[in-house]
Amino acid sequence: MKFIPIFLIISIILNFNLLKADEIKTENKISKNLRCLICQGQSVYDSDSEFAISLKLVIKNKIQQGLSEEQIYSFLKMKYGEWILYDPVFNRNTYFLWLLPILIFLAGGAIIIKRFYNKK
Amino acid sequence: MKSKFIPLILIFIFLITFVIFFKGLKNSNIYIPNTKLKKEVPSFELKSFENNSIIISEKIFVDNKYYLMNIWASWCVPCKEEHKFLMKLKKDERIELIGFNYKDNFKNASSFLKDLGNPYNIIVLDKDGTASIEWGAYGVPESFLVHQNKIIKRFIGPINNKDLLEIEKIIR
Repeated sequence: MKFIPIFLIISIILNFNLLKADEIKTENKISKNLRCLICQGQSVYDSDSEFAISLKLVIKNKIQQGLSEEQIYSFLKMKYGEWILYDPVFNRNTYFLWLLPILIFLAGGAIIIKRFYNKK
Repeated sequence: MKSKFIPLILIFIFLITFVIFFKGLKNSNIYIPNTKLKKEVPSFELKSFENNSIIISEKIFVDNKYYLMNIWASWCVPCKEEHKFLMKLKKDERIELIGFNYKDNFKNASSFLKDLGNPYNIIVLDKDGTASIEWGAYGVPESFLVHQNKIIKRFIGPINNKDLLEIEKIIR
């Protein structure tokens, strides 16, 4: 019978660690998708600038406050604009960026199919 | 007819793509914040530099006055450059200067103010830099001109004579 409380305590500690691991995972995922604004070509995750260190802390605090990934992105977008996101949102300014590769792929595919059937 | 049409379309697509990417080359890839946007002052609760008491933003930006929120640190070289302009601005009674001491050491910050003078009415501590992020700041020094609880102008980098004249023109 004594084992039950011990088992419970251990399982709670293990679950807590898992929860913490999840938080760190999300934190890293978000910071990898953010552009460091003062060090070009680096993500916030990779950067050790004062700005990036503070930003990582903000992300951590927001996760602990219970904010979702999307909410954190929109908070940062509000503060710094879309430039901070590595993954551009699909909107009026990025239609071309998102659609051009698909269009080129379709056009290429159409040419290949056409040639294939013509040969036949 | 058909064989002439396809190369023309291809050239046309190539030209459009070229123009777009060529224009993109000229765009700056350095972050330039939107300084025209009038944003609400973010609320904060920070420790005071002088006595560690808690200061809340709602108690600072109260009057119809103008406030210049300046992010500074003793380790920041450009902050020394702008300090003389802040000291000049201190003499103007229409504006209050709020200092955000960014990731600094108390001893160094105190001697910085002792040597160069203290232009600030209130100084709050931003020990980990998170409060500055709430303001949308990304470096030191940075200043925000606040009026009626709204950020009406943002100055990135050290304040210079031109900025000083601009501030004086706004608060006139």
